[in-house]
Amino acid sequence: MGIRERLSGNEAIAFAMKQINPDVMGAFPITPSTEIPQYFSTYVDNGEVDTEFIAVESEHSAMSTCIGAQAAGARSISATSSCGLIYMAEMLYVAASDRLPITLAVSCRALSGPININNDHSDIMSVRDAGWIMLYAETNQEAYDNYLQAMRIGEAVQLPIMICQDGFITSHAIENIELVETDQVKAFVGEYKPEHYLLKKDEPMAVGAYATPVYYIEAKRQQAQAMMDAKDVIKQVAAEFAEMTGRSYGLIEEFMMEDADEAVVIIGSSAGTAKEAVRQLRAQGKKVGLIKIRSIRPFPAEEIAQALKNVKSFAVMDKADSFNGHCGPMGAEVAAAMYANKVTEPKMINYIYGLGGRDVRVESIQHVFAELEKITASGETGETYRYLEVRE
Amino acid sequence: MAYNLKENLMKEDRLAGGHRMCAGCGSPIAVRTILRALNPEDKAVVCSATSCLEVSTFMYPYTAWKDSFIHNAFENAGATMSGVETAYKALKKRGKIDDTYKFIAFGGDGGTYDIGFQSLSGAMERGHDMVYVCYDNEAYMNTGIQRSSSTPHFADTTTTPAGTVIPGKLQQKKNLTKIMVAHGVPYVAQTTFVGNFKDISEKAHKAIYTPGAAFLNVMAPCPRGWRYPSEQLMEVTKKAVETCVWPLYEVIEGKYQLSYTPKNKLPVEEYLKMQGRFAHMFKPGNEWMIEQVQQEVDRNWEELQKLCSL
Repeated sequence: MGIRERLSGNEAIAFAMKQINPDVMGAFPITPSTEIPQYFSTYVDNGEVDTEFIAVESEHSAMSTCIGAQAAGARSISATSSCGLIYMAEMLYVAASDRLPITLAVSCRALSGPININNDHSDIMSVRDAGWIMLYAETNQEAYDNYLQAMRIGEAVQLPIMICQDGFITSHAIENIELVETDQVKAFVGEYKPEHYLLKKDEPMAVGAYATPVYYIEAKRQQAQAMMDAKDVIKQVAAEFAEMTGRSYGLIEEFMMEDADEAVVIIGSSAGTAKEAVRQLRAQGKKVGLIKIRSIRPFPAEEIAQALKNVKSFAVMDKADSFNGHCGPMGAEVAAAMYANKVTEPKMINYIYGLGGRDVRVESIQHVFAELEKITASGETGETYRYLEVRE
Repeated sequence: MAYNLKENLMKEDRLAGGHRMCAGCGSPIAVRTILRALNPEDKAVVCSATSCLEVSTFMYPYTAWKDSFIHNAFENAGATMSGVETAYKALKKRGKIDDTYKFIAFGGDGGTYDIGFQSLSGAMERGHDMVYVCYDNEAYMNTGIQRSSSTPHFADTTTTPAGTVIPGKLQQKKNLTKIMVAHGVPYVAQTTFVGNFKDISEKAHKAIYTPGAAFLNVMAPCPRGWRYPSEQLMEVTKKAVETCVWPLYEVIEGKYQLSYTPKNKLPVEEYLKMQGRFAHMFKPGNEWMIEQVQQEVDRNWEELQKLCSL
């Protein structure tokens, strides 16, 4: 039986870490993820876990210690946000290239500047090509559930994995949550048993080679394959998780998409707000729906294209900008997904929204649907690169 | 047990030959000597910062390292080894491993004095049971002889060329060994290759077998950057010691101890004149540069002697 609790998203992640009791955690404080290593070091200092906690002097060193520890054969974790995530960016690439399944909890936050501590997705979007699996949660429950699934996924394909949630919105807000019994968690996650590691008896190992042009691209091709393979693993692990908890997860979530004419594609807590907008519009007889992306990496291109193939128009909602002068990061990926899957009929627009914690209300999303309705009626998209609710 | 060079050389090399380091380079000599200071029955994990050493010894699919080895990046050998050492503690505590491992990180002066300084400082402050070895060749040699904060005063490098207006590097060398002492770690030493390698071998053994964090600063000349004939490597390090440009000393639990006092301290010219990077200092009209370096060396030497007499 699940345990009914009330926890913030950060607390839920820390609690999942405690239940898993990993070997090593290296972490550095940064708002809004700071609470995670805080809670965790309390568990360490009170003997509730026997994880070795390294209070490093920077996020760069947090990821560097995780790389060293995981390569040595230890299950290693960290947590960060915002500037901390991009300060470790170089090491994120190394972790993925070394095929080290480190687990990183990210409470997502805007990047400087201007300096801002509130939520958007600029941090994770800036490292989306680092080679990490990235799952994004809408709620505290999802953050917890994703974390319990993370190591199974990462370790199966030997890729590091980020478990992302919206800073403050879910990281600090307290919600009802159903926790899994610790013995069930331990049985589900299992032990980390790498095939090769630095401290393996009688088998020295060398990690982090210099690869000349004769070998480099093959290493990258193998990484690409692991990311492709991760899609099925995410689904399999989710299926097992559903058996244990009754809570089902996919690469994407489709909400009222069955007969939708207009849809939004969205990530994170704003999906909850957008679902309410969809419900209200449905009550008015409007055929609208929503797609929430849970797996940003691997990117569920085929699933998104299939889900959108019958809509007349849709908006991709980006809580980050690419500053390329024409679209946000998810806008670009969804457009590529549609074209690659030969779904070119629906009209697409792209909104940049909610940057630096700008509030996203039900009315904000209703405004997007009103715009989509106009596009469906006229067949004209107008400007496809739009900012939502911004003072011009 | 008294040090014996012959016996020491009978130990198996833990860095295999055939790596791609230059002839006359100090770095692989430092590595082999330090690894020889490990008790043969002990295992080790070695880390190297990105450097000549790393790219020349671990070019896929070949490795010269007989022990487990990890390279991560330029600036984080300290933190990377912190992670490896912590994993050892965690796995040992959980009964998953039973061997005795020692942890030795190598970085050049660029990866140690400069870009890896924070990572090193963090690792030393946290007191991980490891040795960090700086093989100090006084410039960014891997990228082509650019100045570092370890480059000595007036040296000609590709980013401090001895020009018509600016005569080489304007700043003095940073004293990293003292900064490491200030971290309060149990063992810090400065050494290089002299005589029968007794000094470096004994210091390496102490560093490895002192519980907690230890730091070794090893002068490891670079024939390309310093511009001396390869075969004169040992002559260069000897002159560095005899002029007191690079004094040999160790600091045990905060107590400074000189390892060697030259009988007749040689003038700095004896060291400088062997190396092309200081050639411009010997041009007529530049005598002041040599005088200034002499004053700096004298001041540092006096200060060190005072610290050692405390």
